[in-house]
Amino acid sequence: MSDITNVVMPKWGLSMTTGRVTEWLVEEGEEVSAGDDLLEIDTDKIAGALESPAGGVLRRQIAELDEPVPVGATIALLAPAEVPEEEIDQAAKAAREQLEAGAVEESAGPEIGKVTVDGREIAYARMGSEGEHIVLVHGYGGDKNSWLFVQEPLSSSYLVDAIDLPGHGESTKDVGDGSLDVLAQAVTGYLAERGIERAHLVGHSLGGAVAIAAAAAAPAQVASLTLIAPAGVGPDINADYLRGFAQAQSRRELQPHLTALFADPSLATRQLADDLMKYKRLDGVDASLNALLATLLDGDRAGIEVAPLLSSTRVPVRVVWGEADAVVPISNAEGLADRADVTRVPDAGHMAHMEQPSAVVRAVTSAVEATPAQQPA
Amino acid sequence: MTATATVRTQEGLSADKLRDAYRMMRTIREFEERLHTEFATGEIPGFVHLYAGEEASATGVCTHLDERDTIASTHRGHGHCIAKGVDVKGMMAEIYGKATGTCHGKGGSMHIADLAKGMLGANGIVGGGPPLICGTALAAKIQGTGGVSVAFFGDGASNQGTTLEAMNLASVWNLPAIFVAENNGYAESTASTWSVAADDIADRASGFGMPGVIVDGFDFFAVHEAAGEAIARARAGGGPTLIEVKFTRYFGHFEGDQQTYRADEVARAREELDCLKRFRARVTETGELSADDLDAIDAEIGQLVEESVVEAKAAPLPTEADLLTDVYINY
Amino acid sequence: MARMISYREAINEALALEMRRDPSVIVMGEDNAGGASAGSPGEEDAWGGVLGVTKGLYGEFPDRVLDTPISESAFIGAAVGAATAGLRPVAELMFIDFMGVCFDQIFNQAAKFRYMFGGKAVTPVVIRTMYGAGLRAAAQHSQVLYPLFTHIPGLKVVVPSNPYEAKGLLIQAIRDDDPVIFCEHKALYDMQGDVPEGAYVIPFGEANVVRDGDDVTIVALGRMVSYASEAAEELAGTGVDAEIIDPRTTSPLDTETIIESVERTGRLVVVDESNPRCSVARDISAIVAEEAFGALKAPIQVVTAPHTPVPFSDVLEDLYIPSTQDIVNAVKTATDWKR
Ligand SMILES: Cc1ncc(C[n+]2csc(CCOP(=O)(O)OP(=O)(O)O)c2C)c(N)n1
Ligand SMILES: [Mg+2]
Repeated sequence: MSDITNVVMPKWGLSMTTGRVTEWLVEEGEEVSAGDDLLEIDTDKIAGALESPAGGVLRRQIAELDEPVPVGATIALLAPAEVPEEEIDQAAKAAREQLEAGAVEESAGPEIGKVTVDGREIAYARMGSEGEHIVLVHGYGGDKNSWLFVQEPLSSSYLVDAIDLPGHGESTKDVGDGSLDVLAQAVTGYLAERGIERAHLVGHSLGGAVAIAAAAAAPAQVASLTLIAPAGVGPDINADYLRGFAQAQSRRELQPHLTALFADPSLATRQLADDLMKYKRLDGVDASLNALLATLLDGDRAGIEVAPLLSSTRVPVRVVWGEADAVVPISNAEGLADRADVTRVPDAGHMAHMEQPSAVVRAVTSAVEATPAQQPA
Repeated sequence: MTATATVRTQEGLSADKLRDAYRMMRTIREFEERLHTEFATGEIPGFVHLYAGEEASATGVCTHLDERDTIASTHRGHGHCIAKGVDVKGMMAEIYGKATGTCHGKGGSMHIADLAKGMLGANGIVGGGPPLICGTALAAKIQGTGGVSVAFFGDGASNQGTTLEAMNLASVWNLPAIFVAENNGYAESTASTWSVAADDIADRASGFGMPGVIVDGFDFFAVHEAAGEAIARARAGGGPTLIEVKFTRYFGHFEGDQQTYRADEVARAREELDCLKRFRARVTETGELSADDLDAIDAEIGQLVEESVVEAKAAPLPTEADLLTDVYINY
Repeated sequence: MARMISYREAINEALALEMRRDPSVIVMGEDNAGGASAGSPGEEDAWGGVLGVTKGLYGEFPDRVLDTPISESAFIGAAVGAATAGLRPVAELMFIDFMGVCFDQIFNQAAKFRYMFGGKAVTPVVIRTMYGAGLRAAAQHSQVLYPLFTHIPGLKVVVPSNPYEAKGLLIQAIRDDDPVIFCEHKALYDMQGDVPEGAYVIPFGEANVVRDGDDVTIVALGRMVSYASEAAEELAGTGVDAEIIDPRTTSPLDTETIIESVERTGRLVVVDESNPRCSVARDISAIVAEEAFGALKAPIQVVTAPHTPVPFSDVLEDLYIPSTQDIVNAVKTATDWKR
């Protein structure tokens, strides 16, 4: 039965325990390639498409629509066309029984914790057990959970840490003067504190600028850069969005701004708005967001300029940009042409890692693979 | 005006009266001990506060009372109810929430009442009773029935404004009212040595212009004597009295209380001070009653309480129609 | 992230965080230090209030957690007085039913100062109190009396429906300069929920839209919010999509969110565990009838306890408390309505 691949309910985010299949995008008998969208999943927090882990034929849909399925349980079976029908039947029966009995072993889930860097607690979630170190750095107002669609697939080959920058998530809500240096030091300090000699940094938006600053300041610690819609490589930025986000005091005020984040506005869910409001209500967040806003903006233009820093680095650089980005528009990518390999993603806005996660996974993989092995000292 | 009543031999309690007193105390004890075990099985709903250890107070006071008289009680009210003659089986059924209960299952442990017996109710509100007995005492006075009214309340309740206001009012109106402060050392987890600013609750009597007496609450005869004097004075138009009865409760504040706030004073109290043991020792020593007399009562009460539990468990529940009745007499 | 703690723990945590942050915050109430003040022979801090909500605070703040005698008028009044003199007291009125003993200090004193003194006084006092049926605690320990407080101008009244709400609303209550009546449903104390570790505030007067829907608006309060959610799940199966609004505070009341929703759905069901007459349910009904009459496709439905005291017997108490089925039925009445 080794030719059968069980497609399982993924763990998207630390608190996810079950999910529901809301729509099949591939019918039984259809042929798929690895990375194709198979089906839509809804959790209590988020909805998204699950990509096929392998190529083959979708032989069986195991989970029923809207049935709660625990993380790790089989939702579909993939296999080459030549695997006999009886074998598939058997595997389907076993999977169905396991699902009905609820007998799914709780997947270990990420390791979560905090380390202290420069007197601030930095929270992290680690997935994966071996391979190169990857560190994911979220953007303005985001947190480590924003990587949910990317961290899991990467963790099958790499050791992947998502961190909360100062002022965000569960890290200390103090950003000092709010400068890029404070944030970059938090990242390099995190690496040192965790005993990670060298890591591949993946940064989104403000996190992209932070990753660039970290690579420039501590070249020995950074192996490659994957930047998703990085801030500060060009002058264009949606200042209204940023101010609106910082100022919103209720879900009602916040929700309209969030549609700017996605190519598909329906992804700006009320759950996302609720979660962001929960974050924004925390003591100290207002002050941090305002301090960072002062860094990010100079009037209606970008207040930071990291292109020169990026030019000073020597590591492989990959850039992923949503063509429909309405926050840090893709026009900024022009300045990068000679320094980086830019992937333009259709059907993605500012949150390419949520809307088109496979493009990001491919870019990160490519950056890691392009990195020369470290010379033994 | 505070005086400590000395324990001296009391004349005038016939063998029958002694048997009645013992039966009353034994009934309360048996009832409460049984509830303690039954509660642990999870079958009894709600909050249950047991009176075990304090029997001599309700008994020592209520053996002086008759149908003209009214008492008001507390959340720890089973003993007062039994002592004022409320039907034991009806009480048990009430505690089980049954239609056959004293209050048809609508009141529960904390609200057992039988106005026909002069029992104005257990009370969920600490300090709820004292003002009420000013009213029943006023009624008795105006109607000239010769009745007296008694409020039982705890050391905790002695700090409640309503209690203090009621005592003042009773003196001002010269009411046939008796205030029995049952000081069992604690209000929930709070010690009375801390919460009562005076040395003794009885000290407060002088501030309200009435006599204050302290008695050993484990000694039926001491309570009986002090209460007898106060009640006689009240009936004769001599006004209110404050009696402070000191003892220990045997169980927690309510069933389920882990009681980690107190040292184990209960074992010693049960062993050396217990009101039933002392009563038995005393009356058998003087020969007023025989051990056989008392054993017979024990057996009789054991039977009664057993039956009350069996019947309560078997009794019917209230029905949906009962939910909406008894709000108004009519609309 | 997902850190599950109980409603009880969430309240305790809010108190601890605010006491750490602000030395003017004090906590008082019967057994709040668990008899510790008394130098009892047993364990210190044995109780932490009758249901253990303040347990552990005394150990960290021995000078700022006070036991009180059973003298509600005196200590609630003292909390009000202390609030006018620079402290931020959080006083526990054990059961809301006991408001009868101390109501004057709340409604004639605390509630009036700011207005009556021409805006010159602030009274940042919080009165935490537990309410609600379900514990077989009978007529004097089970009432839902927040409508009485809501009636009084000058008081803010909070009815948190889950642990997350409880923590953020209590922190807001403590930082608020007005007197706040913080009503904790005793049947929710063991409810678990996802609660961030740090301090955060949920503003007053901002309703929480718990569920989006287009067919009917259900406004539910306190414990009734989870009942409404269960009802909405059941209704979803029958094709009725209910919006659920938790007002969070009955005073101030976010009428805007409610009216906006009813204008969209055309139907309103208000679920409130209190007795019906002069209740918050009827108040909300009246406001919607006045301000969104034209939008209504069916008569407003209210789901409340009956107009009786709370009965003791389990069977009667279960009938007394509004149920999920009652909510489903009320919604059906509204959606099936034909002129
Ligand atoms: C007005 C009021 N406040 C508080 C309570 C909660 N409560 C019930 S019993 C009790 C302790 C009463 O102590 P005490 O008067 O000494 O009586 P005991 O329980 O010791 O018999 C308290 C605080 C209440 N029921 N009513
Ligand atoms: Mg006491």
